[in-house]
This record gives sequence, structure tokens and C-alpha cells, in this order.
Amino acid sequence: MFWQVTLSLLEGFGMTLTIFALTLLFAIPLGLVIAFGSMSKLGFVIRRFGKTSDGMMKPIPIYPIALVCKFLVWVIRGTPLMLQLIVIYYGPGLLGGQLLPRFTAVMVAFVVNYACYFSEIFRGGIESIPKGQYEAGQVLGMTKTQTFFNVVLLQVVKRVVPPMGNEIITLVKDTSLARVIAVYEIIWSAQAYIKLHGLLWPLLYTAVFYLLFSGLLTLLFGYIEKKLDYFKA
Amino acid sequence: MSILEVKDLYKNFGKTQVLRGISFSMEQGEVLSIIGSSGSGKTTLLRCLTNLERADKGVITVGNKVVFDPEQGVKLTKEEARENQLQFGMVFQQFNLFPQYSVLDNVTLASRLHAKERPDYKENKKQIIAEIEANAHDLLEKVGLSAKAGNYPCQLSGGQQQRVAIARALAMKPAILCFDEPTSALDPELTGEVLSVIRSLAAQDTTMIIVTHEMSFARDVSDTVLFMEEGVVAVKGTPDYVFGEGATPRMKAFIGAVSNHG
Repeated sequence: MFWQVTLSLLEGFGMTLTIFALTLLFAIPLGLVIAFGSMSKLGFVIRRFGKTSDGMMKPIPIYPIALVCKFLVWVIRGTPLMLQLIVIYYGPGLLGGQLLPRFTAVMVAFVVNYACYFSEIFRGGIESIPKGQYEAGQVLGMTKTQTFFNVVLLQVVKRVVPPMGNEIITLVKDTSLARVIAVYEIIWSAQAYIKLHGLLWPLLYTAVFYLLFSGLLTLLFGYIEKKLDYFKA
Repeated sequence: MSILEVKDLYKNFGKTQVLRGISFSMEQGEVLSIIGSSGSGKTTLLRCLTNLERADKGVITVGNKVVFDPEQGVKLTKEEARENQLQFGMVFQQFNLFPQYSVLDNVTLASRLHAKERPDYKENKKQIIAEIEANAHDLLEKVGLSAKAGNYPCQLSGGQQQRVAIARALAMKPAILCFDEPTSALDPELTGEVLSVIRSLAAQDTTMIIVTHEMSFARDVSDTVLFMEEGVVAVKGTPDYVFGEGATPRMKAFIGAVSNHG
């Protein structure tokens, strides 16, 4: 019985790992895009509204790309992931459209959700790099792109590794939410034993899988932090 | 013929007029110190010269080439803009070394990136890199840090970091090397080593503009001292003149305050 449970939990854990890996794969680049979007200074200035104390017109800058990104981050961070899963899966049906396949709906919800959290981590990391680094690049004749990729990026990576480690370990456990729209991950597999055999212990046994995997990730992030320890920034 | 000519430079931050018509010129090999109380605009002047700030009005000419003139409204190519930028080297108060690179890589990074754009880069890659590194080693020797080439900035003292920053600026072979309060972030015991590097550069006829609060240093290293007051050049001349008969009442008060302090 133990081996049978282990095997079927492993199968469920395969789905857990798939959701985990694909979410990381897509959410990290999307998070970078959203981070740059919310820092974007593309826009225009409204001169009509607002007056300063001395009666001068005070121009109000409007950055549409940044506004859209910040709105998205607000909505996604401000609502539960479980609700987002339900909206993305059932929403199209309620509006009379075609349902997404369950797995696709899970991936959309997870990628967008995690991209928003990542984007805030990236934005914090990028904005924490002192202006002097960019200025040093500029006076040495480097372009902004050269400065970003050759000077700033690794310093950002160093700064975002600890918060990213945190977020990524949260992701491992958040994958269990996929079961609310019946995507069969490890918790689902364990619950099947409650329903079919009245066995509770397989559910508790899932903790071992989660713990082993998050332990592995902890070691990995510790290693990366150590690798980047050779400089201070 | 003068190497640098600045004409009627103006700069406002919002409604604060920081530079109100700065004009001066300097000769090849000249060492010019800019002094003045904080808020007088000396750092802003340096940042406008080095293109870290954009002046509102005025003309900057290096050699016989106009590097800044907003009224001409000429669109520069990327290459021209870089050439203008590299006329000026800059040493910052906070050093601004790149922390993830070794001392040697800090000095060579920009040159290596520029070299990649050379048409013959692929064929002569090894030789080009070797030249860049040999040059960097020479410069590190000049600032007395040959032994630290493989170290990272966090392993160096402030004074050593600032000397690396000087070598890094020299690597771009600027026509004019600018210093923005190069010793203000250093412990008093470490300022000496940085000042002596600057002195040795002066002895080798490096053209330099130094914004500094080190009065006695300014006095003995400079060919010319420029005292700024509320965004204008109040006094300019030889150190003896500026610190002697040329001193305005404001400047006397300033020097008194600075030297009482130090």
C-alpha cells in the first residue's frame, strides 16, 4: 500500500513540478517586462490642472504604460490567487465564450500572478542601484544598454536573490491551489485516498514531498547567494 | 590656444538658478581648482561639463570643437556624442567603482566594450585585449596599485578605491580630467595618498579641473583657482592672487571658515 501511495503521489507531484517549472519559466521574463513597464517614463504632461502656491501652473506628468502596469499589479496582488484561478477558468464561460483547458487556465493564472510579484522584486532591485553606477558608465562612454547589462544587472541579481528565493518557495506550495479547478496535482492525488479508501495518512505524507523539494531549493539559493558573495553591492 | 572654453553657461533646477553665466577658459596642461561654499554651483558646473547635467544655455568648446551648444540644435550621432563625452574624464566623490569587477576589470571594462565595435576586433581580438590590459597595468602602476589588480573594490580602502577610479578615468584618455571633491568621502588619513596621485598627474601636465575643499592643496597644486559665488565666477586667477589681494570679502569669510574647521 505504501508503495502504491508513493507512486500515485509522485504522479501528482509531477504535475506540481510542471506547474512550478512552467510558471518560473514564463513569469520571470514577464515580471521583468512589467517591472520595466512600471518604471517607464514614456508619456505626456498635462498642463491644465493644478496650481502651485504662487499661482504657477504645475505640470502633471502622465505615464500610461506605468499606470497600466501598476494597475495590473494592484489587482493581481490585491486578490487571492484562488479567485484568479476561478475567474480565468469559469470567467469566459460566464461571458458566453469558450472555456480554456484547465491546465492552460492554471498556467495563465499562475504566470500572471507570479509575474506581478516578481516585477515588484525586480523593480525594487533595479531602483536600489545607486545613480552613481549609471553615471560612471556614462562618463566612460558606455551606452545606457551597455551600462545596464555590464554593470547594473549582476548587482540587481545579487539583491533580488533572497526575496526571489522566498517567493519561489511560496510558489511550490501555491501549486496546490490548482486543484480548485480540478487540475490533478499532489494534494488531489492524496485526497483521492480519503474518498476511495478512507485513508488520511497519504495527505499528511504529501508534506514530505513539499519539504524535500523546498529543502532542495533552499540549498540552491544558498549556493547562488554564496557565489555572489565575492562582491558587495 | 585654450583647450577648454566655457561661455555663458546657465543652469536652473526648477526656479533655483544654480549657474548664472559662467565663462572661463583653460590651457592644455593647466590645473584649475574650483572652490566655493556649498550651493555656489561648483559641482553643478562640473556635472554640466561632463554631460551628467544638461546646461540650459551656453557653449562649451574643447580644443576647437564645440561639444555643447543647445542653440545650434545639431543632432549628434552616437559616435559623436561618445567622442564629446570622452573629452572629459570624471572622478566622483563616492568613487562609483563597479563592485562586481576586479580592479583591473574596472579599468578595462569600458575600453573592452568600445573595442568590440572596431571592425578589426574579431581578427585581432587577442592583441587588442592585451594592449588594453597593458595600458591598464601601466595606469595602476601610476596610481601605485599594481599589486591590487586582482582585488575587488570591497577589499580596498577608500583611498585605494579612489586611486582606482582615477586610473579608470585615465584609461579613456580624456582631454580634461575632472574631480568632484575627490577626497570628501575619505577619512583624513587617506586623503594624502589621493592628493599625491593628483599632484603627480599635475607634474605630468595632465589638464585637470578639481572641485575641492582642500584649500592648501588647491593653493599649491593649481595653476589657476576659480572662486564661485552664487552661480557666478567671483574671482579667478593664480592661487597667490585669489588667496591674496584678489579675495572678495565673501571669499575671505569662506576661507576663514574652512581653515578654522580643518
